[in-house]
Amino acid sequence: MSSGFVAAVAGFSTTPLVTELLTTRYTYVLFAILLVVGLYMVVASSNLVKKIIGLNLFQSAIFLFFVSTAYLREFKGESGQVPIIPKKAAAYDPYASPLPQVIVLTAIVVGVALTAVALALIVRIYGEYGTLDEETLREVRADD
Amino acid sequence: MTEEALPALLIAVPILGATLPLALGLVRQRIGWWVATLVLAVEAAMASWIAYAVYIGGDRITHILGGETFGRKEVTVGSFDTEGFIVGIELVADALSGLLVALIAFVSLGVLAYARRAGPRQNTFYSAYLLLTGGLMGLVLTGDLFNMFVFLEIVGLMTYALVASDRSAASAVAALKYLVIGTTGASMYLVGVGYLFVRTGTLNMVDTSRVLAGEPEWLEVTGALYTEPLVVASFGFIAVGLATKTAIFPLHTWQPGAYSEAPDSVTVLISALVSTTSAYALARITWVVFTPEFFAVNVKATEAILVLAALSVVIGSVLAAMQQRVKRVFAYSSVAQFGLIAMAIGISVHPAATDTATRFAVYGVVIHLIGHAVIKGGLFATVGAIKKSTGARSIDEYAGLATERPVLSGTLAVLGFSLIGVPPMIGFVGKWYIGLAAVKAELWPLVFVIFASTLLTLLYVARLLEKLYFTPLSETTDTAQEPAVATDGRGSVSFGMVALAVTAAVLAVGLGFMGAELTDAIDPLVDAIQESSPEVHQ
Repeated sequence: MSSGFVAAVAGFSTTPLVTELLTTRYTYVLFAILLVVGLYMVVASSNLVKKIIGLNLFQSAIFLFFVSTAYLREFKGESGQVPIIPKKAAAYDPYASPLPQVIVLTAIVVGVALTAVALALIVRIYGEYGTLDEETLREVRADD
Repeated sequence: MTEEALPALLIAVPILGATLPLALGLVRQRIGWWVATLVLAVEAAMASWIAYAVYIGGDRITHILGGETFGRKEVTVGSFDTEGFIVGIELVADALSGLLVALIAFVSLGVLAYARRAGPRQNTFYSAYLLLTGGLMGLVLTGDLFNMFVFLEIVGLMTYALVASDRSAASAVAALKYLVIGTTGASMYLVGVGYLFVRTGTLNMVDTSRVLAGEPEWLEVTGALYTEPLVVASFGFIAVGLATKTAIFPLHTWQPGAYSEAPDSVTVLISALVSTTSAYALARITWVVFTPEFFAVNVKATEAILVLAALSVVIGSVLAAMQQRVKRVFAYSSVAQFGLIAMAIGISVHPAATDTATRFAVYGVVIHLIGHAVIKGGLFATVGAIKKSTGARSIDEYAGLATERPVLSGTLAVLGFSLIGVPPMIGFVGKWYIGLAAVKAELWPLVFVIFASTLLTLLYVARLLEKLYFTPLSETTDTAQEPAVATDGRGSVSFGMVALAVTAAVLAVGLGFMGAELTDAIDPLVDAIQESSPEVHQ
């Protein structure tokens, strides 16, 4: 949108990187950690329901990232701007941009639908094979 | 009604139509097929209209959903200090999406003829079918990065549901695997879009590419953003996400299971359209958003695409040759063919590619996308019809079937030869342009891979045809019949099923003679990539 938006997000500062990261941008660190934890659960857990929980965690991490980017603060004398408010109207600072939040709302809806379909499939698999464990499932299906 | 409303209608009509089979199902059983046919016939008419406007009229039709084109069309809105960007979601029908729109409309209508006898008959199946068509339309028409994610997920969700729609447990396992991998891929894509949005402040594809090129009136940035870590990482995430959806090696693992366990009519539909549109999305983002200038700076990104694509071609073909079940053979073959398409995308933006090489690579991508959709859809339709009529599922069971089922065997042979790339069929035209592009760009290892892929395709197609035509009918074929998972097992093959397979075979040959017309249709796209790509501000 405006340059203030971009600068506020991608801005640099003179404080040491790690300190600055942990004090003012800790949500981004959290995003990275949650993303990796979620992905690890999807890959490593052999329980199908836990895989879906991991998938949800993975998606939630992305939501956190988007919500974090919506938070804009003053940088080099320019404050963050929302596209629907004229630039010179007033300085709102700090400030939440609505666009990433709308994106997250949409993505949450998509995520809920996916979870529903996944659980429906898991119910059917459990009804047929009587197990939620991926390894057991593989053995049962190999016997068929 | 003007043509500008068409892109929105193409998406809205099937999605709204998807409610009808469920609603009318309360009144009458088995009305789903009729509703779907009616809706998709309207859809096909609109798709023809838009294709006519794009290719004969030479228009580029855009439609803005819920927004304003500040600046792009010189709209002045009060004293708002918003200069030259789009608010709202843009739908675009241009030389690239027009062909795909026509393909989706006609394939989904054609598969209905097949599903009449073969497919699941519940009304819910046809609701999901229409939603999938709407999602695919949205995916190819959208000009907005986040909107593309939403349609990617609509397509994904409906595909998972359709794969599992025959209610067998095996298909549920395949669908769940697809869901987990596919959703991870789509989420990766969303991360990439997020990075891009944070750096450029826009989600519109054209606007994003202009900000990336560093157009000064948009942002007070110092030159092009191509080398920034955030932008490079964003391409990485987007490419991985879409490669997962396209089933490029090593992200293909969901695909053979999903294709082989799904009901036959669903396999035909998703093998022809779902991966195709994801590959289209990858091509569109590569060409329109990141533009060749990005790849000129980040040569490693191009090389990564080319290496993975080459691996996909070789390993996909080898795995296909090792399979016993015919459906799995062609499923793995798709991994190889999409590797070829990804390779052509890579060649088209490779710094070593001259203007001619880029032109041929773009031809190769689009023609092979369409050719592969026709061929693979037809192959799965034939395989499904053979399974339905004789119960044969594995290559050994195909022994000597040519005498029993001459028409279907002939169709399989024609489509198989087209897949190998025997001239003058469509499979040849696509591969020819991809190979020619690699030669012009002097990327010799790739030329070798393309040549090798033809030989490997020959390997698994010839194995099948040898069984079909030259191995005598064995005694064991009938007794070895396993209890069919798809409940109905042996049964009669309807006229519609054979007609779809034969039509695909005729198209595979006929389109091959239309190579010149196809390249003419794609020319505006090539010019758009080469000439009207944004000026790079250093």
